[in-house]
Amino acid sequence: MQLHEPGETPLPHEGAGSPAIGIDLGTTNTVVAIADRGKPEVILGENGAPLLPSIVAYASGGAVEVGEAARRRLLDAPETVVSSIKRLMGRGAADLKGLSGSLPYDIAPGGEGMVRLIVSGRHLSPVEISADILRAAKARAEASLGHAVARAVITVPAYFDDAARTATRDAARLAGLEVLRLVNEPTAAALAYGLDKGVEGLYAVYDLGGGTFDISLLRLEKGVFQVLATGGDSALGGDDFDHAIAERFLAVRREAGKPAAPSSAEAKSILMTARLAKECLTEKTDGEWVIELGGAVSRHRLDVPTMEALIRPFVERTVRICAGVFDDAGVDPKAIQGVVLVGGSTRVALVRRAVEEFFGKPPLADIDPDVVVALGAALQAEALTRGSDNLLLDVTPLSLGIETMGGIVEKVIERNTPIPVARAQEFTTYQDGQAAMAIHVVQGERETVDQCRSLARFELRGIPPMVAGAARVRVTFAVDADGLLTVSAKEKSTGVEQRVEVKPSYGLGEDDMARMLRESLEHAAADMERRLLIEARVEARRALLALDAALKKDRGLLDDAEYAAIETQIGLVEQAMASDDRHAIGGAAEALEQAVKPFAQRRMDKAFAEALAGTSVDALARRVEEPDERKKEPSGAA
Amino acid sequence: MSAPTTRHPRTGVDDRAPAPCWSCHAAVRPGELFCAACRAVQPPGGLDHFARLGLKAEFALDAAELDRHYFALQRQLHPDRFATKSAKERAISQSQATSLNEAYETLKDPLPRAVYLLRRAGIDIDPGDGATIKDPALLMEAMAMREALAEAGDADAVAKVAAQAEAERGRALAAVAAAFAAEDRAAARAAVLRLKYLTRMADEIRARRAALRGRQGTAP
Repeated sequence: MQLHEPGETPLPHEGAGSPAIGIDLGTTNTVVAIADRGKPEVILGENGAPLLPSIVAYASGGAVEVGEAARRRLLDAPETVVSSIKRLMGRGAADLKGLSGSLPYDIAPGGEGMVRLIVSGRHLSPVEISADILRAAKARAEASLGHAVARAVITVPAYFDDAARTATRDAARLAGLEVLRLVNEPTAAALAYGLDKGVEGLYAVYDLGGGTFDISLLRLEKGVFQVLATGGDSALGGDDFDHAIAERFLAVRREAGKPAAPSSAEAKSILMTARLAKECLTEKTDGEWVIELGGAVSRHRLDVPTMEALIRPFVERTVRICAGVFDDAGVDPKAIQGVVLVGGSTRVALVRRAVEEFFGKPPLADIDPDVVVALGAALQAEALTRGSDNLLLDVTPLSLGIETMGGIVEKVIERNTPIPVARAQEFTTYQDGQAAMAIHVVQGERETVDQCRSLARFELRGIPPMVAGAARVRVTFAVDADGLLTVSAKEKSTGVEQRVEVKPSYGLGEDDMARMLRESLEHAAADMERRLLIEARVEARRALLALDAALKKDRGLLDDAEYAAIETQIGLVEQAMASDDRHAIGGAAEALEQAVKPFAQRRMDKAFAEALAGTSVDALARRVEEPDERKKEPSGAA
Repeated sequence: MSAPTTRHPRTGVDDRAPAPCWSCHAAVRPGELFCAACRAVQPPGGLDHFARLGLKAEFALDAAELDRHYFALQRQLHPDRFATKSAKERAISQSQATSLNEAYETLKDPLPRAVYLLRRAGIDIDPGDGATIKDPALLMEAMAMREALAEAGDADAVAKVAAQAEAERGRALAAVAAAFAAEDRAAARAAVLRLKYLTRMADEIRARRAALRGRQGTAP
């Protein structure tokens, strides 16, 4: 038994050999899973729940709570709680104009680049808040597995743009997780279905989560998961249902003369009631809900037809998006083998009816729509670390292009192009002697720049003086297997070469990243403490198991008093393990080791005597040589 | 769908001398995916799209065979196979998979495949969008079809135009195939231009359908 000083601990199983986990970082819930030999399993929380609510509470003292604990804070201190942060991933301050009225957040005023929320006096970016959720997911896995976890596959909506993907990757880095791959959520779900149910042919995955909608068309055959087309809306989901219901509740209150404009904390509480009503109406036909704000109580009846009328526009939007994707792919929706439901919002009856009508067949929901994405992520995590015969072939969800004269978008990579992909296009100067060229990278399907998402701007400088149109600037777009874009540009005609790697406008600068990593070091002390506690427990459990086995075999070597003394020490170790005090665990384990020492010595003597008894000198010599033989083999075979 | 914009060497045959493996310096024959000595993945090199996918360079192509070859190669070369390898191997696998995707995307659909074949033969089809039509007969046909599409005010009317365009596209495809089979390059060029225009027309019809969907929506 060994104990280590804090900070010097060699982490158990860390590094290349440790299993990687799958994380579905959802708008509403986060799910962690791990696969072993092709069998994925959800990692449950301490409370036995599979879902970790994607809710974070920031107490004024600096304490951070995630999940159920944070959800409970919604009741007594909603102003300290952040939920649905995924909707803001990769969003710039400018993206929120017009939205902020209905968002239950306090947004820090002004500022270029990434949005920041004001929570309990702190200015937090969506990346930092998501990192806190990922830290909790990582801790959940470590507590359950009993060792450190350093690598993960994280899922993102297929329709996430480049900025949102980059933000997700940055959040994982802040949380101390190496991202092996970002996998699209519908693709992960298809992987879980394909492997578990052995389905083959053309399948659609209809994924309606809390804040995002994806529709993917895949071809599944013989271990190949080929995405043919994908589409969606990264700001459409069950949250919109909640908002619509909440708006109705507010309208009713207004009619009753109650104060109308709620604060952001009140908005959260009304939204929570709306959400409860929605969930309740998947089972019942009607109900009544009470809202009490600022002492003003109002009662709200809601039945299923009324709710369906409120949410129908959103459901219709998903069907229109499906129609577009299938039209693009040239596939008749009724001709597919099946449609798989993913995401908690597919529990809503209206959604299921709409899907069934569009595809002309009842949708599949044999795997729990809340966890199927995490299961697929875990399968891919295992495939990436231990190898696999399966192949995931994905596509870019949105076209990528460059702004040309007059604000027109010149597409460089079309949507639904298989990734990884690289495409180059040549541009030229439009003025004599032009020495620099502004390059504006955009993402989206529209023809004009103002209707597409701006990803990055940079300037290629040092173009030698030439007449207009003589320079040949070759711009290369490369999208890797994570769906992340790199743009580079060089002027070719004079051999002068310049390369510029681009970071998304709304992504994190290196300065931001450095600051956040510094801040996360402040959390690191707590993280390290948690890790040491896990290790102390694992180590103590290992020692108890070994001792138990030894006692079963050699109980006879101890008299009753010695045996009782050891039993007492075992009891003390077990007691300490139940606590969260790693020093107590270490101390008890140390005391146990001391108490067991004479017993261990006697066992060794006995084993030696047995080994000698009745053994010929030849056999003994062989037995002594064998360990030496073994030493010659490489020890790092594993 | 538009043709790829990057240029490629026009020869599929690789008669270059073996090059040293980047990892162990053993001799590696051009086109080999892995070093025989150290098993390190090798860079993609400048292979012809057909050669890269192990197919004969001709217009008639068995789609199932193309898929089979593409999947088998991606199984070996996709970055997912190299997630835990060195940064250098990951980068090489990405460029290999990128080259494979480009070859697959070019050959999968008949129009880019035909344009690519013509370019290999030294005939460059206007890389633009085919907006300029010089053939007077095709110009007349295009104007008539555009007019019909503009006048189509509902889904049924659009479907009628779409059916007509699709039938024409089928005929154009057959003409392209026949021209390539007869090795008549001039005929192939004319047929490809017509196919290009009809493919563009199909895009416009899709856009029109999407616009109609956006206006009325569908009630579940």
